[in-house]
Amino acid sequence: MNSDQQTNQDSDISQMDNQKYYWQANLKLLAKLLVVWFTVSFGCGIVLADWLDQFSVFGFKLGFWFAQQGAIYVFVVLIFVYARQMKVLDRQFGVGDENGADQESQP
Amino acid sequence: MSTQMLTYLFVGLSFALYIGIAIWSRAGSTKDFYVAGGGVHPVVNGMATAADWMSAASFISMAGIISFIGRDGSVYLLGWTGGYVLLALLLAPYLRKFGRFTVPDFIGERYYSQAARIVAVICLIFVSFTYVAGQMRGVGIVFSRFLEVDVSTGVIIGMAVVFMYSVLGGMKGITYTQVAQYCVLIFAYMVPAIFISIMITDNPIPQLGFGAEVNDGSGLSVLQKLDGVLLDLGFSPYTEGSKSTIDVFAITAALMFGTAGLPHVLVRFFTVPKVSDARLSAGYALAFIAILYTTAPAVASFARLNLVDTVHNTAYEDAPEWFGNWESTGLIAWQDKNDDGIMQYGAGAALSPIKPSFDGNTGVHGERLLNNQPTESANEVYIDRDIMVLANPEIAGLPGWVIALVAAGGVAAALSTAAGLLLVISSAISHDLLKKTMLPKITEKQELLYARIAAAVAVCIAGLFGIYPPAFVAQVVAFAFGLAAASLFPALLLGIFSKRANKEGAIAGMSVGLVFTFTYIAYFKFVAPELNNTEYWLWGISPEGIGTIGMLLHFAIAIGVSRLTAKPPQMVQELIDNIRIPSGAKAAAKH
Repeated sequence: MNSDQQTNQDSDISQMDNQKYYWQANLKLLAKLLVVWFTVSFGCGIVLADWLDQFSVFGFKLGFWFAQQGAIYVFVVLIFVYARQMKVLDRQFGVGDENGADQESQP
Repeated sequence: MSTQMLTYLFVGLSFALYIGIAIWSRAGSTKDFYVAGGGVHPVVNGMATAADWMSAASFISMAGIISFIGRDGSVYLLGWTGGYVLLALLLAPYLRKFGRFTVPDFIGERYYSQAARIVAVICLIFVSFTYVAGQMRGVGIVFSRFLEVDVSTGVIIGMAVVFMYSVLGGMKGITYTQVAQYCVLIFAYMVPAIFISIMITDNPIPQLGFGAEVNDGSGLSVLQKLDGVLLDLGFSPYTEGSKSTIDVFAITAALMFGTAGLPHVLVRFFTVPKVSDARLSAGYALAFIAILYTTAPAVASFARLNLVDTVHNTAYEDAPEWFGNWESTGLIAWQDKNDDGIMQYGAGAALSPIKPSFDGNTGVHGERLLNNQPTESANEVYIDRDIMVLANPEIAGLPGWVIALVAAGGVAAALSTAAGLLLVISSAISHDLLKKTMLPKITEKQELLYARIAAAVAVCIAGLFGIYPPAFVAQVVAFAFGLAAASLFPALLLGIFSKRANKEGAIAGMSVGLVFTFTYIAYFKFVAPELNNTEYWLWGISPEGIGTIGMLLHFAIAIGVSRLTAKPPQMVQELIDNIRIPSGAKAAAKH
């Protein structure tokens, strides 16, 4: 085995590691965001709604507000946070698509 | 100018606009036809997705349903928006990276199996057709009330317009007409909502208005007043739920996961240039959708309050003009049970059977007489919940141009969704069934021709559904979500997040998910509707929510079967590695 092949193999392996860590970081972010998603909708809007109704916000019962207003606002924010955080991860691991259009010719 | 003339003018102008766009954006290649050339800006795609998503059900029916069921209506608000979080985080970016034309395309390649592709096509066609039939009915309702043509003529006009831009322009034509339709429908929804919010609470923002105090000097907030009024009439309070928590949970989940698995929405994310654009675009889409979805519950509470105020204890002869207008369409009816000439509104069904059937005569007060038997309930008024949004501007006494605008908005909402659905049906047929399965030798030009023919046939079938609505259509539209949740969503999710998921698992999972959900719904809705109540439901879950159980079943079976059978081949492992990273995303390519 000559040294060229050796280097190639090393870079393949480190690239695979890089991808693995990127994927783990992605899953971690997803888990965090989905916990919030679940809490505001199924939690505050459904399971805890009756209990939350004893509090009041902007003239609404709180549980009712979450179910018909609040959760929806949080959903929108969640997606934008996700898009931003992923862009940071993409850059950090060098797997971003900033030059995506340039690579169009590749299979 | 009369309201009638204004309505013709507004609807006519919007149609001219859509057709103009169709001619300007003709599709020249299959890539144009399936994914609009793959170069759509994320904000533009977000807007098109919002119009694609918000159907006649969102525009016309949703606020009406919430209006009548209060807090229980939250299932639609949460379900039809929360699904976008799943779509954005779990599916859209990866499907964009995969970069082909259709959802069955992904299933077929990822599970290296033509059988899996065909099962996905079957799920897709079933989901999309039940959905599209509802849209055509929505067009019919709007036409019959506002343009005073009969429903069939209305549907044919609608079909002709959709035909123009979906057959000519494909995804490219649809994308840009949907942008125009979004602008029309959101404007049409917001204008009356803002007017009514100001009338009732002096607050111009409906989202805040429905928490604010009513400006009648009572010092009560809208919701407090509504709770009180409804309680007096024998209804349960607006802000309290009456469905069981587990059922609300299951229905919401079925709608959310179903939303994330709907092919006509997923395919919109194939049209943006890059993976990062797909993520961002989902955010814009939900933001545009949220404008309507946070306004709808406000409209619902205002409309209910207005309705009770104007109708209850009003003499029929003093009833406002809109009451007669809607009575003539058969969506409102009054039966003077106690012969006092005054309309009493309250809880319980007014008529037996529930839907009015008119005998063609008019009574002493000028009302349309009914064949229906009176019920025990003191309630004398039948109101179809579909009219709440459409009649709202009239109930609130808004000027004619607002009413005309709402008509144009309702048509825009129905047409934009119908076009999106017809496109995924036609591309599943021309691309997945013909090109990829039955006739692999056809050229791109021939495939494009087949795509156009398939779109034309789908438009005609959808139109027939609109003219001769099968009795079950209205009931099954909501079930399209349960079926999508149980059949498509888990297969897509596992395809991306599990390297172990293989074709045996996918085929077993999709089949079981679809058959289980379909059987449960069909049993309670068609075979034994008299058993359709909590006592007989599985764990107290209604047919609307059963998609959630179907989905869990699908996951369990797909994972179990995959563990017991061979790993997917190396090529597929590489495919998964590739779709998990954004770099090297290519524009949707033909293979």
